[in-house]
Amino acid sequence: MAEKLVEIKNLKQHFNAGKANEVKAVDGISFDIYKGETLGLVGESGCGKSTTGRSIIRLYDATDGQVLYEGESVHGKKNKKDLKKFNRKMQMIFQDPYASLNQRMKVMDIIAEGIDIHGLAKDANDRKKMVYDLLETVGLNKEHANRYPHEFSGGQRQRLGIARALAVDPDFIIADEPISALDVSIQAQVVNLLKELQEEKGLTYLFIAHDLSMVKYISDRIGVMYFGKLVELAPADELYENPMHPYTQSLLSAIPLPDPNYERNRTRKAYDPAVHNYVDGEDVKMREVSPNHFVDCSEKEFAEIQEHLAAKK
Amino acid sequence: MEKILQVKDLELSFHTFGGEVKAIRGVNFDLYKGETLAIVGESGSGKSVTTKSIMRLLPEATSEFKNGEILFGGRDLTKLSDKEMQKIRGKDISMIFQDPMTSLNPTMPIGRQITEPILKHQKISKDEAKKVAIDLLRLVGMPKPELRMKQYPHQFSGGQRQRIVIAIALACNPQILIADEPTTALDVTIQAQILELMKDLQKKIDTSIIFITHDLGVVANVADRVAVMYGGKIVEIGTVDEIFYNPQHPYTWGLLSSMPSMDAEDAKLYAIPGTPPDLLDPPKGDAFALRSEYAMKIDMEQPPPFFKVSDTHMAATWLLHPEAPAVEPPEMVIERMKKFPGSRYYEGSAN
Repeated sequence: MAEKLVEIKNLKQHFNAGKANEVKAVDGISFDIYKGETLGLVGESGCGKSTTGRSIIRLYDATDGQVLYEGESVHGKKNKKDLKKFNRKMQMIFQDPYASLNQRMKVMDIIAEGIDIHGLAKDANDRKKMVYDLLETVGLNKEHANRYPHEFSGGQRQRLGIARALAVDPDFIIADEPISALDVSIQAQVVNLLKELQEEKGLTYLFIAHDLSMVKYISDRIGVMYFGKLVELAPADELYENPMHPYTQSLLSAIPLPDPNYERNRTRKAYDPAVHNYVDGEDVKMREVSPNHFVDCSEKEFAEIQEHLAAKK
Repeated sequence: MEKILQVKDLELSFHTFGGEVKAIRGVNFDLYKGETLAIVGESGSGKSVTTKSIMRLLPEATSEFKNGEILFGGRDLTKLSDKEMQKIRGKDISMIFQDPMTSLNPTMPIGRQITEPILKHQKISKDEAKKVAIDLLRLVGMPKPELRMKQYPHQFSGGQRQRIVIAIALACNPQILIADEPTTALDVTIQAQILELMKDLQKKIDTSIIFITHDLGVVANVADRVAVMYGGKIVEIGTVDEIFYNPQHPYTWGLLSSMPSMDAEDAKLYAIPGTPPDLLDPPKGDAFALRSEYAMKIDMEQPPPFFKVSDTHMAATWLLHPEAPAVEPPEMVIERMKKFPGSRYYEGSAN
């Protein structure tokens, strides 16, 4: 198995902790992200997938649990130097290409901000050259460097967001719904770009989205979240062929596909958390039902899934 | 089948500081009774503007009908006075908007918002209107409707709010329901519920639906017929099977192959290159020509007319001209065509 790049151990992110309006946005999830892979994270709005991403990159301080990047804890006390070193390795691409770029800055300065902070450029000319190269990498050109964000379309802005993330030469990128705000024809452009960059630079992605067909296309493995918990984690194909958790099944059955014949026969499964019928004190946790396929289940359910899988073979 | 709405040669422009934006450049379609017509296309293609002009919801100061007519019940909607239009809007033709968070009045209990169009358009007492509203809420699947009538929009979830918006739209049994991206702001599971609800209701009250979306999965689910719009024009229109399994226009090809299919492996996604045309200065010929690898010389010079593919299927592309060279569509499209009897790639029935 490939090397682990990020390990998330029992991560919890509670907002307003201890108060009446406490929200357990992320409630104890654990998974690993391997070097060079794309891990997709899906779930409906409010399930905690974005919060997970933001906690991993330390935009939030985790309530409990650990995030290890190359074996080193992300959270906890760090001096400025360590923090800087760490920030260079991990970058984020945001959902809204309109809100995530400072509209009062020129593209040149937006992209070079990270370069300046980390002192990566030797002189002004070098800085310019780096920005030009980055623009070219993401399919824009030099002339764009002197413009302001409002002069760009949504797809172009998302490219700027990607260029900014790449500026500090990171290993790991968290992409939080990077294509949700874009048109279908532009979505494909951005997804292709992300894939190309991954091949070229050996990047690792955490790809957060709710569009399941795109997630399947880009991801090697997919995690499904429901109410702050990870309920299933499996290789992309395996998850679509053998979804085991009832929530995953319900989610998959709800996606409309661009295929009228399939649509005429599709039946939707609803998910009711009561189906589990867990007794108090029952040990519900992630269990490996087949190689690399983890499902959040009780011991009894685990046995049933095993039986089901055996019958299938 | 009975034609309920006819849009003929519709042209509409916006006057902006930058000049005249030709948002709709000659749109023709008919809407039949009881059918669902989906209009697809990217932002700026004119799909929302088309429906808003049917509803006459565009600002009069800046928009202008240049040409054409919208015939409904023997009358041309583009020529009606505001007063006459108000009698139609919400009664005969009603609309569901994209964002259920902003299309309800946050300071008014939802009961009053549902009875509003009923009281406006029908001679009916307040008590009776209330009963109708409760029935409507029950119809759209809202539990405990009597209780919820007194509640405010913030007390409902996104899916529930969209159900309320649908209840309001259906309050006067409209003949035409225009749904402008009604599920885009919702989660997939909620989206599935709302789509099922709309199909259910359509059967019950036999209304015609114009469904605007850019999600081709949703189109495949709800539509009887599909119109594909690009650069202010309809470039292809046909039954849902014809559009998905026998598409003819390169833009439709591009749209269909830019979505990953569930069984396609690692093949690179087809991305339509470039960006949509600038309608301040629309291209002279085929608006899609600049982004199309199939463009011919004539595409740059003359806009293509509609060519008939079948009685229900038309596409505006020079590729269908008898003298045009035969071209291979993208691979993913050929895969689709193999399933369609009548297409040149048909391979017999697979199932």
